Amino acid sequence: MSEPFLQLSGIGKTYPGVTALADVDLAVAPGEVVGLIGENGAGKSTLMKILGGVVAPDSGRIVIDGQTHDALTVPQSLAAGIAFVHQELNLFENLDVAANVFIGREPRSPFLKLIDQRRLHAAVRPLLERLKVDFTAETQVATLSIAQRQMVEIAKALSLDARLIIMDEPTSSLTVSETERLLGVIAELKAQGVAVIYITHRLNEVKACADRVVCLRDGVLAGKLAKAEIEHAAMIRLMIGRDLKALYTPPGRATSPGLEVSGLRTILFPDRAVDLEVRRGEILGLAGLIGSGRTELARALFGIDPPLAGSIRLDGKAITVNAPRQAIAQGIYLVPEDRKRSGLVLEFPVRVNVTLADVLGHARGWLISASRETTTAERQKQRLNIRAPSVETEVITLSGGNQQKVVLAKWLAMEPAVVIFDEPTRGIDVGAKSEIYAILRQLADAGVAILMISSDMEEVIGVSDRIAVMHEGRISGILSSRDSFTETNVLELAVNSPAQAAAQPAAA
Amino acid sequence: MQKKDLGLFVLILVVGAITAFLNPVFLSPVNLGNMANLVGLFGIFAIGIGVVIITGGIDLSVGSMFALIGVIFIDLMTNHGMAWQLVLPVAIGLGICFGVIHGVLVTRFNMQPFVVTLCGLLIYRGAARYYMNDATIGFGYAGGFETLEWLAAGRSFGVPHTFIAFVIVAIVMGIVLHRSVFGRYLFAVGKNEEAARYSGIPTNLVIAAAYVISGALAGLSAVFLAFYTFSIQPSAHGSFYELYGIAAAVLGGCSLRGGEGSIMGIALGTVLLQVLQNLVNLLGIPTSLNFAVMGTVILLGVLTDQQLQRRRARLLAVKAHQAKTARPQPAGA
Repeated sequence: MSEPFLQLSGIGKTYPGVTALADVDLAVAPGEVVGLIGENGAGKSTLMKILGGVVAPDSGRIVIDGQTHDALTVPQSLAAGIAFVHQELNLFENLDVAANVFIGREPRSPFLKLIDQRRLHAAVRPLLERLKVDFTAETQVATLSIAQRQMVEIAKALSLDARLIIMDEPTSSLTVSETERLLGVIAELKAQGVAVIYITHRLNEVKACADRVVCLRDGVLAGKLAKAEIEHAAMIRLMIGRDLKALYTPPGRATSPGLEVSGLRTILFPDRAVDLEVRRGEILGLAGLIGSGRTELARALFGIDPPLAGSIRLDGKAITVNAPRQAIAQGIYLVPEDRKRSGLVLEFPVRVNVTLADVLGHARGWLISASRETTTAERQKQRLNIRAPSVETEVITLSGGNQQKVVLAKWLAMEPAVVIFDEPTRGIDVGAKSEIYAILRQLADAGVAILMISSDMEEVIGVSDRIAVMHEGRISGILSSRDSFTETNVLELAVNSPAQAAAQPAAA
Repeated sequence: MQKKDLGLFVLILVVGAITAFLNPVFLSPVNLGNMANLVGLFGIFAIGIGVVIITGGIDLSVGSMFALIGVIFIDLMTNHGMAWQLVLPVAIGLGICFGVIHGVLVTRFNMQPFVVTLCGLLIYRGAARYYMNDATIGFGYAGGFETLEWLAAGRSFGVPHTFIAFVIVAIVMGIVLHRSVFGRYLFAVGKNEEAARYSGIPTNLVIAAAYVISGALAGLSAVFLAFYTFSIQPSAHGSFYELYGIAAAVLGGCSLRGGEGSIMGIALGTVLLQVLQNLVNLLGIPTSLNFAVMGTVILLGVLTDQQLQRRRARLLAVKAHQAKTARPQPAGA
């Protein structure tokens, strides 16, 4: 391996009252993939912001190509060839791919200094070829999928002659096959001598692509792993400083009929019907590619977008759900995918969020009893171990894991019969994840039917009692015994073409 | 009283003290009575507009409603001899009808509140002028509604009834907004409509109800205003009044993005606006500068408030960061 071109040593950064980073060292050599892991709040983002020149460190040195800096500015960072592919993509949807790649650096025509479209597109085409993408420089970004947009971001980085591309949670919204594509691109970048810092919570991916792993914990370097040492358990131990128990806990009770869905049609796939049973006492994992209709199924069951056809039975009785209110009245609850947008009113305190779905239950007549609300909120805070200074704390100040627990608390304070979790642990750190899995199991053991939609393979396989897989609006198969829970089995069902699916009917 | 309201209250005291110092007439019973009357007149519909603003909407139509409801109100009583006990509910009912229409258009048909109520502003004004053929209508020498006149324009113990009505409306709406289930729904819908829907709150109903409340209070205000001016010129009566209401609400801490505001704030905002107007009159500042003074004060008020909020947000962010990093290691799961 060649010599590092970028070296950080003794980097420290303190915010008022907070040590974000202390004495962190990091070196990157050309063509090297560094997996950067750590729980949320461990200091990963601050470190990357220092590399990008957005934040100046309080101590330490940054050496680029032998030149020593105390801090980088944004232009210096760009000149050093450091580029970012952000978790939230920063593209202009109303422009085409080429315009996005060269935004702010458009080639100009000699006359009138207008944008030279021909040169622009000519410059972008080879970059796209290098990435082997399936769209052209003329494609409108609005029509691209998230994975394709990421490729546009990477093309943008390459157009800047990037030597180091920092990818922050690049796969959090990608499907399994798209993730594989991205890992393939990273391997190609590596072969071309481009270094990558890969930040993720998904340890499988780190294992698949990283040459070495650097782990931060509470702002300090918790440890490093060489290629041969990159193992799940080792990474988790570094991140949380302790061993994590195996994810799976077997159910504590026999299952009984719960939610039965038959012939359900949703807006996304009006010509496909879903048949599915979620039994009380079990956790049914629902896997599938993004866009396979899983979220639409959840929204239909919860009455957000009422189903077009089909019947829903709960404990053998037919029910109708045409609005969330009706679903809630039957005990069908949804923990939505985007908790900040759909699950919480961020500016409201924990107390108000916890009681939001049952304000009437905390009112005398039509007037709210704040003391009843406080009692409920305190009980849930303790039960779910929500780490907040008090129930009057605004939810926006809590960490992702604790915010998710507030969403759970809202439903657990009532009487759940069926709880649908849509990506329950997205963007949540490892410690909080296992707490949430424990809550799922407790709920199931209390007789609740749990439907867990997840794109995280580890989670689907590790937590579910049965796995249903969706493909283009229908259930392409169900895995009933834990022996059959393998990534290959799930993936095969998820990418099943309709013809094959017909030959391999769902086995309940 | 929230901290924000307290700041506004102090500002009113300071402005009042300065005005009183420069012109002692400010504190004379006559002047205070007149101011209370105006606060009552403007405060009632400002509360309605404030409720709509809390849902993240806006109501631009109330000024024109005053003209339309006002002319119908006077016409029914003077020219058709209808009993005031009947006409009063008609006036408030008209306001409610308009509110229902606005609410349905905004929620069922997904139209933007600005567009809906802007069209309301144009339509009601035009309807009022057409109804009267652009002529002015007054109570004249007609009789039979002395009780209502006393109720709407009279005084008890020197306190204008408009002000008493305003205080009653403010107390009732204060309880509805800050203590009732509906109030909780209203703020939740205003702050995050989607999360409210996902929590089973009937969001459309809540939003529509806000427009109905605004319409009803506008209907009530129309009656008070008719007795205040005693005659109505359909082309000018109540024009720009919706802006007074919006200004009072914004000054009182309602965010146009929704989800924020308090009745106390709206009430204090109304008072401040009237004190400012009074200041312009009493200090001999050219009346033509009236709007300019108002605009400047609102601008400075909102600016200061935002700077304070940004500071608070920064403090919160630091605290959140501390909580995350200083968090104790979770005990073995």
